Amino acid sequence: MTIEQRARSAGVHLVLLAYSALAIGPILLVVMNSFKARSAIFGAPLSPPDATTFSLIGYDKVLRSSNILTYYSNSLIVTLVSMALVLLFGAMAAWALTEYRFRGSTLLGLFLSIGIMVPIRLGSVAILNMLRTAGLNDTLTALILVYVAQGLPMSIFILSEFIQQIPRDLRDAARCDGVPETRIFLEVIAPLLRPAIATVAVFTIVPIWNDLWFPLILTSSDKTHTVTLGVQQFLGQYITDWNSVLAALSMAILPVVVIYVILSRQLIAGLTSGAVK
Amino acid sequence: MANLRIDHLSKRYGAATVLSDINLGIETGEFVVLVGPSGCGKSTLLRMIAGLDGASGGDIHIAGKLVNNLAPAERGIAMVFQSYALYPHMNVRKNMTFGLKFTGVAPAEREKRVAEAARMLRLEELLERYPRDLSGGQRQRVAIGRAIVREPAVFLFDEPLSNLDAALRVSTRVEIANLHRLLKATIVYVTHDQVEAMTLADRIVVMNKGCIEQVGKPLDLYYAPANLFVAGFIGSPAMNFFAAKVESVAGGRARVSGAGFRPLDLPATSLNVGDTLTIGVRPEHLSRGTDGAFAVGGVVELVERLGESSFAHIRRADDKLFVAEVRGRDTPAPGEKTTFVAAAQDVHVFDAAGLRIQMPGKS
Repeated sequence: MTIEQRARSAGVHLVLLAYSALAIGPILLVVMNSFKARSAIFGAPLSPPDATTFSLIGYDKVLRSSNILTYYSNSLIVTLVSMALVLLFGAMAAWALTEYRFRGSTLLGLFLSIGIMVPIRLGSVAILNMLRTAGLNDTLTALILVYVAQGLPMSIFILSEFIQQIPRDLRDAARCDGVPETRIFLEVIAPLLRPAIATVAVFTIVPIWNDLWFPLILTSSDKTHTVTLGVQQFLGQYITDWNSVLAALSMAILPVVVIYVILSRQLIAGLTSGAVK
Repeated sequence: MANLRIDHLSKRYGAATVLSDINLGIETGEFVVLVGPSGCGKSTLLRMIAGLDGASGGDIHIAGKLVNNLAPAERGIAMVFQSYALYPHMNVRKNMTFGLKFTGVAPAEREKRVAEAARMLRLEELLERYPRDLSGGQRQRVAIGRAIVREPAVFLFDEPLSNLDAALRVSTRVEIANLHRLLKATIVYVTHDQVEAMTLADRIVVMNKGCIEQVGKPLDLYYAPANLFVAGFIGSPAMNFFAAKVESVAGGRARVSGAGFRPLDLPATSLNVGDTLTIGVRPEHLSRGTDGAFAVGGVVELVERLGESSFAHIRRADDKLFVAEVRGRDTPAPGEKTTFVAAAQDVHVFDAAGLRIQMPGKS
């Protein structure tokens, strides 16, 4: 390596390190301070917990005094069910739109792609009205329905691209073999879509798990609150219980990180597989 | 095993006609090769037989049964694709049995068929491997194995050797020929390679621009091509063509002349004075000398040496090139002026429309 190359590589890494610090910093701060006593959070917010400042009071309070476990399970149910439905319907729609030519298929594809361009929050009032009329306000079903609608367009878009890359001959071979269409989709196409499905899963899960907006307008009782909304009760107008807030937030980060780690290898394959051919 | 009949089959995409009025009968156990330049519709025809593409008109019968509206799996066909189209996430055994699950073949029977196919194709060692761990030739054998286990009425091959390297292509070609002998299967095989067509086929179907140009046994196509297209397509290097005109007709003989070759006499069966003709002579039927029914001369421009023989490219007096095959070591040198002759039975005559004129006394 020449000096110039080395300098360039160092420069690139410097930028990447700075970006990583910027991205990880706040999260680290939250997690770190969640293990500290209240005085230490304000006294030395940037220092890690040590023997004197270490405290689990935040976690203790959160787990004992609030409905955090309900929120947690609500978040998990909403996120996982939405993800499953988005993946299932997304893959099926993508398969149908790419594989079969039928009357209106182009129009339908266009209609679905509008969802990528128009943010679903623009329709909040209409959604609220609709769900109230349907008697679904303050239910997890309402959240799931909204999130499925939110996640579908992008998942159809990404999965269509991947399905197009699967050689035609493979589907034709399966047809000649006498494999029924549903089985072609489930046993030939779906397994080959694994990297794409992992990509879509991550892109679907993260915004749903982190969403505050729709739980805020669609749920009203403790039994339907999600983690992100539940945490808000520790934020008061006059007093904020920072120990609890930070502890609850740290706990909220955990599942997303775990899911990401599980899917990340597939994810990277999914993001790059289209690029190098 | 079964026969296959195609009646007035056509295929249109919008305004474009891909196939028009295809009629073809294939006997039980026959090996038929569809051959033609790319875009001639041969692959489309095969896909229509398979049921992967629908017909715009006409009928397809397999084993006497009309299959127009049947799904591929119900037609009793098995197809081998150019890209092999093996399921990448299944091992060889699974690749072969996957389809059988859905066609009501009992597990024990499946295993029996796989074992039999694996033995025939020397795949026993590879059954647990995945396609990505196989070489091109092995993948092709698996693809053929997957077709065999279905015990189809008709095998369809779509350019199965195109993705193999030259050496492997020759050995796989032999294997396919052996397989046909062993299975006595009805096979429809698509290729653009005329060597494959000549070596494998019981009968060849030459296609061009969505039509069948000629159907016949390999040697019939070679010795009696029905038209200019077939004459130029079958045989390598391609047949030499010379534009000609009938000068005079007298005593049952017609005198034919043209630029670049010595005037020759032909039986005047159906020739009239002033007819425009094309004379065709294959490079391998030309030999150096002066004594022959047909004689053409020129200056040697280039010699391609293949070993046992060489191809001389010769510029005629009318500034066009023709090719002659020269056997042995005694090849002409570039710049040399030579004359080549051909015997009367090796001279092909085509009329103005490009159709063969049958000369009496020739097969």
